[in-house]
Amino acid sequence: MSFEYISARTVEEAVALAEPDTRYLAGGTDLLPKVRAGKYRVSRVIDIKGIPELGGICETQDRGLKIGAAVTLSEVARHEAVRSRFPLLARCCLAIGAWPLRNRATLVGNVCNASPAADSAPALLALDASFVVVSRNGTRMVHCSNFFRGPGICAVAEGDLVAAVLVPGDAANIQGNYLRISRRRGMDLATVGVLVGRGPMGHRVCLAAVAPVPLRVRDAEAALDAGKPNEAAAIARAAASPITDLRGTAEYRREMVGVLVRRGAASLDAEQA
Amino acid sequence: MRHKVTVKVNGTVETVTVDSSKTLLRMLREDLDLTGPKEGCNEGECGACMVLLDGRPVHACLVLAAEVDGHEVTTIEGLSRDGRLHPVQAAFLRHSAVQCGFCTPGMVITAVGLLAENPDPTEAEVRQALAGNLCRCTGYRQIIDAVLDAARELREQQGVGP
Repeated sequence: MSFEYISARTVEEAVALAEPDTRYLAGGTDLLPKVRAGKYRVSRVIDIKGIPELGGICETQDRGLKIGAAVTLSEVARHEAVRSRFPLLARCCLAIGAWPLRNRATLVGNVCNASPAADSAPALLALDASFVVVSRNGTRMVHCSNFFRGPGICAVAEGDLVAAVLVPGDAANIQGNYLRISRRRGMDLATVGVLVGRGPMGHRVCLAAVAPVPLRVRDAEAALDAGKPNEAAAIARAAASPITDLRGTAEYRREMVGVLVRRGAASLDAEQA
Repeated sequence: MRHKVTVKVNGTVETVTVDSSKTLLRMLREDLDLTGPKEGCNEGECGACMVLLDGRPVHACLVLAAEVDGHEVTTIEGLSRDGRLHPVQAAFLRHSAVQCGFCTPGMVITAVGLLAENPDPTEAEVRQALAGNLCRCTGYRQIIDAVLDAARELREQQGVGP
């Protein structure tokens, strides 16, 4: 593990310093093990935690949230507006790793790592989040539905910095659950993750760890809107394209998608009753 | 590339020159002779390297030494006061929450961080907080009991207990 470390003071400086084989460093909880294992070739690491504008959660004009790239999962999960108005985001963040890891790991880092099992992704898909991506050529917005491209692959080019997550205000007040199967309750990656939510604009069904990318299954949402949980479960099961690995077989994962969608839908009704 | 890192470690300001890629864990162990934090998995799975960074537990193997410039680190060596063990350490002894001892510094550090944030945790909250600290000997029961007991004692010391 040999690279140079630079702590950037502004977003512009960070982007200007990005050369080939550069990685941005926020929490480092994914980056450092990967560098150590030789999975990334890295000659320069740019720490973005010292950039003031990346460090907070603020409310946007439409009463949504802007969450900076240096904000840790613990900060997201204990933030008052997140807890009260975007509770599924808090839940999904709390599903990641263990508490000390969340004290360091960031929401943006979890997204950029682009694991199919990223637990924050179902919440961000359900909330219609977008990412603010800064490059030398300017700033662009990438909607979450276009962000995840494959295992470990997301819609950022080398040198692009994901500066923030934007959660729109009209995605507030979606209640529900993130149901997760894992071998241990703490630390382990999800074998299957299923978010089932219901908000002012209808149901949400989002899946993790059962396809090359995290999925939002709109047809399953429509089935739940129509009061047909079994149909929703079948649609979600068909939408999954899981693999077999050390955490479970493809068949098991697919089956569990259906089970968890039904369970999630039932818990929504139980909460309303 | 070398970095001059100035960091408060266990109450003392230290200045260390480190390589860019050196971890906080290696700096503590190799440059400051603080071998309480252990290198177990070196990838954030086992929790044996836990230290408090600005009061919150983090994996020292996942932090670069260069990142802690200007910050404050507490290791297991910094918990006792005037030769008296920290209440969490004392509770671990009372409950025999130690067997081989390799995980113990990390367990104690996480517990101290937890009780600073949540002085009255439920057993479930203690288990959740310690989910990232692996122990291969004790079966965790004694560790959980020790943390809950330490929480009681700390609350009583601070006069907010029953």
